[in-house]
Amino acid sequence: MSAAGATPAWIPRKRRTAELGLLLLAIVIGIGSYAAVGLGIDGTVPAGIYTVGAVYAVVALGAHVAVRRFAGYADPVLLPLVVCLNGIGLVMIYRIDLGLDSIGSPYGPFAQGQLRWTILGVLMFVAVLVLIRDHRRLQQYTYTFGLAAIALLVLPILPLIGSAKRGAQIWIQLGPFSFQPAEAAKIALAIFFAGYLVAKRDALALAGRRILGVDLPRGRDLGPILLGWLISVGILVFQRDLGSSLLFFGLFVVMLYVATERPGWLVVGTGLFAVGAWFGYLAFGHVRARFDAWLDPWADPDQNYQIITALYGLGHGGLLGRGWGQGSPELTPFGFSDFILSSIGEELGLAGLMAVIVIYGLIVERGLRIALTCRDAFGKLLAVGLSVSFALQVFVVAGGVTRLIPLTGLTAPFLAAGGSSIIMNWIIVALLLRISDQTRRPAPEATPFTGDEATQVVKLS
Amino acid sequence: MNKPIRAMAVVCLLMFMGLLLNANYVQFVQADDLNEKQGNRRVIDEEFSRERGAIIVDGEPIAQSVPTKDRWQFQRKYTDPKLYAPVTGYFSYQYGQAGIERSYNSILSGSDDRLFVNRVIDLIGNDQPQGGSVELTLDAAAQKAAFEGLADLGEDTRGAVVALNPQTGAVLAMVSQPTYNPNQLSSHDADKVTRTMQRLEKDTTQPLTNRGTQTILPPGSTFKVVTAAAALDDLDLSADDEVRGGATLGFPGINYKLVNQGGSTCGGNPISFERALEVSCNVSFGWLAGKVGQEKMSEQATKFGFGERPIEDLPSAVSRFTADPDATLEPPQLAQSGIGQYEVAATPLQMAMVSAAVANDGVLMKPHLVRTVVAPNLSVLEKPEPEELERPMSAGKARELRDMMVAVVDEGTGSPAAIPGVDVGGKTGTAESAPDRPPYAWFIGFAPADDPQVAVAVLVESAQNTSDIAGGRLGGPIARAVMEAVLR
Repeated sequence: MSAAGATPAWIPRKRRTAELGLLLLAIVIGIGSYAAVGLGIDGTVPAGIYTVGAVYAVVALGAHVAVRRFAGYADPVLLPLVVCLNGIGLVMIYRIDLGLDSIGSPYGPFAQGQLRWTILGVLMFVAVLVLIRDHRRLQQYTYTFGLAAIALLVLPILPLIGSAKRGAQIWIQLGPFSFQPAEAAKIALAIFFAGYLVAKRDALALAGRRILGVDLPRGRDLGPILLGWLISVGILVFQRDLGSSLLFFGLFVVMLYVATERPGWLVVGTGLFAVGAWFGYLAFGHVRARFDAWLDPWADPDQNYQIITALYGLGHGGLLGRGWGQGSPELTPFGFSDFILSSIGEELGLAGLMAVIVIYGLIVERGLRIALTCRDAFGKLLAVGLSVSFALQVFVVAGGVTRLIPLTGLTAPFLAAGGSSIIMNWIIVALLLRISDQTRRPAPEATPFTGDEATQVVKLS
Repeated sequence: MNKPIRAMAVVCLLMFMGLLLNANYVQFVQADDLNEKQGNRRVIDEEFSRERGAIIVDGEPIAQSVPTKDRWQFQRKYTDPKLYAPVTGYFSYQYGQAGIERSYNSILSGSDDRLFVNRVIDLIGNDQPQGGSVELTLDAAAQKAAFEGLADLGEDTRGAVVALNPQTGAVLAMVSQPTYNPNQLSSHDADKVTRTMQRLEKDTTQPLTNRGTQTILPPGSTFKVVTAAAALDDLDLSADDEVRGGATLGFPGINYKLVNQGGSTCGGNPISFERALEVSCNVSFGWLAGKVGQEKMSEQATKFGFGERPIEDLPSAVSRFTADPDATLEPPQLAQSGIGQYEVAATPLQMAMVSAAVANDGVLMKPHLVRTVVAPNLSVLEKPEPEELERPMSAGKARELRDMMVAVVDEGTGSPAAIPGVDVGGKTGTAESAPDRPPYAWFIGFAPADDPQVAVAVLVESAQNTSDIAGGRLGGPIARAVMEAVLR
């Protein structure tokens, strides 16, 4: 064979221009929605259309430039999807600000803050792309991230900075800033699980005993990760954060399953979840209240006002929605945060809500695709962990608001008002893009062997 | 690790499918149910800011939506609010609707299925949907006469007047006193509405109650018309036949005597059946009730409409002959029932129906309040035809009883209701209530006797001006004024 034919001609396409095209579409959707809200409420385009629109476009395009520069081979669809969601969220929050103002509500405004958090989120996104040039470096800090996750989760129950809102002790308050550390802990925990499982997956999968058809690993292999998870969930249960405990549990089970390739873990996990849910129903009044509200919210309309009015909003929206600015999403308490999906269903209708769910689905799909194509086990696990936890979060929040499952209280990623959520989700996207950049990047040129080297002993790392 | 990742992809797909299907279920399948739930503020807001159809009497709107500058765009305005309040009801943001506003809400708000085409046209034309209007059978002059008649008895008078067209069942007047101002409940000032409603609900005189249809009280001697009808039919009596008179009616073995009002003797014993009705002789009708028997008495009352809700458009109470239909009355109780006491209780509407059926040759027409229902484009959606409810008497016996009632006005206790040149029939009633409060004054009547245009029932529960409550003196002039207003 000739030397020329030995080099494969396949060069991965970067598709950055495709990303730019989709991104422009997302920006147009965002700014167009902003104009539509003004037209729907006042009959005129909002005064800030040029300035706010320009800021938004610059931020989105800035993210694109950063990807072009620092992760040139990254997935081209993820960023436009996220920008589109973030824009819709900003517009919805602005629209509810106006609504809250019109009914003299003491809440709000939130839109300006959300825009600031979005800018900060994109800056963090760029920072992650710049600072973490290879995601495998994160694996070195496996235990650091594990400890960090637990430390973050402990913060809200510390005196002075801990702060309870709406019955859940899940916030820290530093001066004017409040932050929900569980969002950050989620990423740290995903990195910890990925790092630990990559190191121990063979031991977990193969060494151990078979009990009741399930291969149980040895205690010393499973111990640390089980401990990390137990502490996290224990704290969250203590903080009454049902949504996050469910999310962390799901993350743990799924990553264990993917790492060991043993479906038994899913069975055990589901069983444990059922037992835990049953225990929670019996032991905790707030869990029982959520469950009863799910079965029949109208049994206690005063107590379940929030979910009932959210359902009214969805019903009022119908197929095509009331139109931007034409509904009454301000009637739903926390229609700008926990219940923003109900607000979207009211004003954009079933069509709009389904579009948003599909966008979420596409983000998950891109994430799992990155996991599938990733060549290193750590990146694979991390991508799966982040994607599945994202999917679980969307399922729990959207299912809760539309009464598919009991309401637990998580934020809709990129839509709901809330700084911690926006920033952490932008970081998640940066991590996924980093992994995908590594994955799609062409393999470095193989240096030709010399005869001497061929006889050398292969070095083991 | 790709196999479990693919499995997770399938799991995620299923989760999102679940979300999509559920969203379809909530926003498409369940949407109508959700929109119809009580207390759904979004729907209330939408309805409140819509141009609602008018309620019309004699071609003039008595309730209509006028444009406003606030966020609801329209406000409900009632012309002559207190006069028509018992019929129109109110249209309130916080408290929903009452009266016709409630029973015809789907038409007035425009959400009725028959207005579907209109709504589609509005949708295409980007117009706000408009409601249809409801024209009532009320006669403005009769309504005013009834209202002023009660008002003349003094501010604290409690009472009601109901007038019907005996031949069609159309309600010509329906007045209740004390009343309220529905404009104050339809205001966009939420605090003011709440305060008004709280005051009205706390008021012991119950201004929100439509006494014409919702209050049941002993009808007293006006019920003798029912007893007379039963006697005419069951005992085959005629006006000239003699019946028991005298001062008291005793019962063998029971230490109770039924007496006449003021202890009088009814002018002899025996007396003619007609005379007994003219002087409202308790002894005669107590005796007749005993002769007829409980079963026939109850049957006769039922045929006049007792035991049923007589009107669909307004909330109404069920009139009764006995509190427990299966209970057997002792002879004194049956005698008392025959003169409209003991457990007999009726609404003014029910007594107007009795009067109307007698006047209309024994045919009882179904009372109704709505003449036409009109779509926003003025096409008639609904025009209720007169509907026969029951035939409580044969035509011949009804005419006989009608003439007896004319004699009551011509020569008996009903003289205050007489209209010169018109044959008026009537019956007074003075019903005893608790010993510590004055009796209720009743009057029922109709005119003209040979071609009845109006039947009326007047109830005065209490009047401040006089302690001497008698059906004829208090109710008669009001009944006359209402009848005159219709005949004019």
